[in-house]
Amino acid sequence: MRNLGQQPAQSLRGFFIFLEEVRRSPLTVTFLAIFTGLFLGGIIAALSSEPMYEAFRLSVGEGLKAGAQAAWNTYRALFLGAFGDPVKISAAFASGDWLQINRALSPFFESLVQATPYIFAGLAVAFGFRVGLFNIGAEGQIFVGALAAVWAGVFIKGLPALVHAPLAFLIGGLGGALWGFVPGWLKAKTGAHEVIITIMMNYVAFRLSEYLLTGYLRDPNKTTPISAPIETTAWIPRLFPDPNRFHWGFFIALGIAYLVYLLLFKTTWGFELRTVGANPHAAHYAGMNIVRSTVITMSLSGMLAGFAGANEVLGVNRNLGVAFSSGYGFDSIALALLGNSHPLGVVLAALLFGFLRNGAIQMQLTAGIPIDIISIIQAMILAFIAAPAIIRTLYRLKPPKEVELTVRSEGETA
Amino acid sequence: MGVILELHGITKRFPGVLANDHIDLDLREGEIHALLGENGAGKTTLMNILYGLYKPDEGEIYVNGKKAEIHSPRDAIAHGIGMVHQHFMLVPVFTVVDNVMLGDEYVRGGGFLDRRRAANRILEISKQYNLQVDPFAYIKDLPVGAQQRVEIIKLLFREANILILDEPTAVLTPQEVDELFKIMKSLVAGGKSIIFITHKLREVLEFSDRITVIRNGRVVGTTTPQEADQSKLASMMVGRQIEFAIEKKPAEPKEVVLEVRNLKVLDARQLVAVNGVSFEVHAGEVLGIAGVQGNGQTELVRALTGMQHPVEGEIRIFGKVMTHASPREFFEMGAAHIPEDRQRDGLVLTYPVKDNFILNTFYKPPYARGIVLQQPAIAAHAEELVRRFDIRTPSIFTELSALSGGNQQKVIVAREFSRPLKLLIAAQPTRGLDVGSIEYIHHRLLEKRDEGCAVLLISTELDEILQLSDRIAVMYRGRIVATVNAAETTKEELGLYMAGMQPETLSLAQVVER
Ligand SMILES: Nc1ncnc2c1ncn2[C@@H]1O[C@H](COP(=O)(O)OP(=O)(O)OP(=O)(O)O)[C@@H](O)[C@H]1O
Ligand SMILES: [Mg+2]
Repeated sequence: MRNLGQQPAQSLRGFFIFLEEVRRSPLTVTFLAIFTGLFLGGIIAALSSEPMYEAFRLSVGEGLKAGAQAAWNTYRALFLGAFGDPVKISAAFASGDWLQINRALSPFFESLVQATPYIFAGLAVAFGFRVGLFNIGAEGQIFVGALAAVWAGVFIKGLPALVHAPLAFLIGGLGGALWGFVPGWLKAKTGAHEVIITIMMNYVAFRLSEYLLTGYLRDPNKTTPISAPIETTAWIPRLFPDPNRFHWGFFIALGIAYLVYLLLFKTTWGFELRTVGANPHAAHYAGMNIVRSTVITMSLSGMLAGFAGANEVLGVNRNLGVAFSSGYGFDSIALALLGNSHPLGVVLAALLFGFLRNGAIQMQLTAGIPIDIISIIQAMILAFIAAPAIIRTLYRLKPPKEVELTVRSEGETA
Repeated sequence: MGVILELHGITKRFPGVLANDHIDLDLREGEIHALLGENGAGKTTLMNILYGLYKPDEGEIYVNGKKAEIHSPRDAIAHGIGMVHQHFMLVPVFTVVDNVMLGDEYVRGGGFLDRRRAANRILEISKQYNLQVDPFAYIKDLPVGAQQRVEIIKLLFREANILILDEPTAVLTPQEVDELFKIMKSLVAGGKSIIFITHKLREVLEFSDRITVIRNGRVVGTTTPQEADQSKLASMMVGRQIEFAIEKKPAEPKEVVLEVRNLKVLDARQLVAVNGVSFEVHAGEVLGIAGVQGNGQTELVRALTGMQHPVEGEIRIFGKVMTHASPREFFEMGAAHIPEDRQRDGLVLTYPVKDNFILNTFYKPPYARGIVLQQPAIAAHAEELVRRFDIRTPSIFTELSALSGGNQQKVIVAREFSRPLKLLIAAQPTRGLDVGSIEYIHHRLLEKRDEGCAVLLISTELDEILQLSDRIAVMYRGRIVATVNAAETTKEELGLYMAGMQPETLSLAQVVER
């Protein structure tokens, strides 16, 4: 072993080593996976467009053109839906009319609104992953968080907004924490696997919300099972007038992502939790408390998911209907993987998902392209990330340095 | 004897490390070729290249005089090259047959595993080369020596002619080592050729035909056991003289530090592994625990470090009852623990080197202030240990899995020695280390003793036990069958106790003999 850095003549070689590292890095794989997923999404959009098949009947050239056109239309609509129309935006700025600017920019802000619960729920799952726990129960924890928050928003009265909103938000988090604590505690006490328990807890949460929304929480003045609107003092304030729904929850989410980062990587608690996740045997050897770590982690993970529910209730809907979450909790499992279980990665992945989701909703409304194309794109991105070998072969990336790693980790037989 | 394998100018770089630097090596048909070198010299890397796990940056491989393109283990096997890794690669819950077949299955009737035929082939191989193993036993029930035989059978099953054994003897008992070398002899007699890596010079001199020494990724030279001796090999390896016999001051035992009474501990299968063991260790002495692996030493250590609680008996440190204390409470009492299974218990392979140094002290100043980790203190601590223990790593930020096996072990030893200690429990502390590092660690261990630390040394290496211990307790089937004074005993006497002989029967036998 010699240190290459000590040989000045070889500094160029050092640069190549750096390049090689980049080529091997999982981040490259992530970006290429996103790119490839989007590209293939375009092909699928083309394949699912009727006019293309018509055009192919004329000639191959026409067919290809029509296909490209269909893909272009899809992505154009997606882009406009997610970011807004640049033409309209510049026109609005030129006019200087505040209302027009707000309207033109509102698709962009709506994407951020969509990304916010993703950040919370993604953090929840990622936090569990880091400690070696699979919290599949984010969806249920979101529901319970929302139920707790709506209860606090409707039934606590007479508080000033400065107290009521944060309190309701926290109570939402505590609801989620309770839903995470139960599987954590069961795992610690009985060894029951958290995947099974959290899945079952999801169903309990769904039925619980139906029960409460048709009973205790139900707004008696409405025909559908829906809660009464929360007190205005419990609102998470919006920054702009309607139709722009952008609210402070986005910044709260960023702040909490930063806190999670600090907790995981800068504190002794995080060190202990990560060690339990990375090698529980070594954690035990080093005197760490695995049972306690498990319970704490599941509770905190549940709390983060609960915040997602509270955020939706207090910042966006301001009441609670049945089945309001539309899969944030399940998407967040994918999202945590995409973000490499790192808070920053989760925020970026949540933004991606937020923009895709909002863009797709607009795309369906304006261009009539089915929203499901987004699910396909998301699924493909994830498949590529889960199977990096495909991406590596496709782009001729160097194999990862894990070769030796697998060799070593498999050797734990003795 | 023709040359069956040639390596030409093999070069391999890792970020910041030149692991192999233009290595030339040739292997003759029917020879046992030993590969020697310091920890981190590049032996495993070279063998992984030969086996297709790593791609060399430069260099060529010739098998039977023809250039071979080896890009994967599959290619290597196609060229008749097989490898047994430093850490085994068996599926513990599979049987021997299933493990051997894995990746090269015998099938019949369009898709059904033909276990019978495979088992017959295994029995054939095991008869031919004296590799005793039950084809239908589960791996997890087999002792390490038998697992290793399964690994070798795996290679022969795939008709490998060139066998690579990476530190095969590190985890074996002396008896198993003798058996392995018998097997190796019968393999070469049957026309196979073997490259084997070891740090034990005695084995090299006794059992190899030729010896190649690697240092810093380069070949220092090739020699034969006839031309070389231990000190010559050692100085080729490390570039300086090594003292093999260490000078040891007589011990000055003081107060009792560790006191164990009537300890009973169960193993993973809930069977009694430690059965009523009592002893004490004084400040300023080394108590060695000798014994064939699997006689309760592992469970004894687990109980004495808080990793597992005994079902009966009592453990005291400085008089304080620690029977049901947690590992952290043991550390807080000034105890240190070098665990037997380094990769499982002692290290987090995915952490950088620096974080592995604070695994059990991370919550204390100076590494933490309140709950906030203090990175500068952690880094400074790591830099110092790397320097003091000569740990070969590109930096303290390198992921631990990138370190060579011996350097991983040094990380644990450095960490455990770096605290003020009152009690040191060291299980196989020098497993997989090169002679230079062993010398260094033995000195540090005796230094701790002389500073007044109580040392409990658990080792299957009789030489190590005899060299370092002041008193020696021999474990057999969960009991301590004899405790002797290290200065007054011999390897032979210990060997008899390790086989279960009681001191009384022993003296009786001697009387009868006379
Ligand atoms: N996957 C890897 N990534 C980066 N560096 C590596 C990797 N594998 C090995 N190295 C480095 O290459 C050098 C040689 O390591 P190698 O494992 O070949 O040593 P070794 O001679 O087998 O030592 P030991 O006797 O301790 O097993 C070491 O400095 C090690 O840190
Ligand atoms: Mg090695």
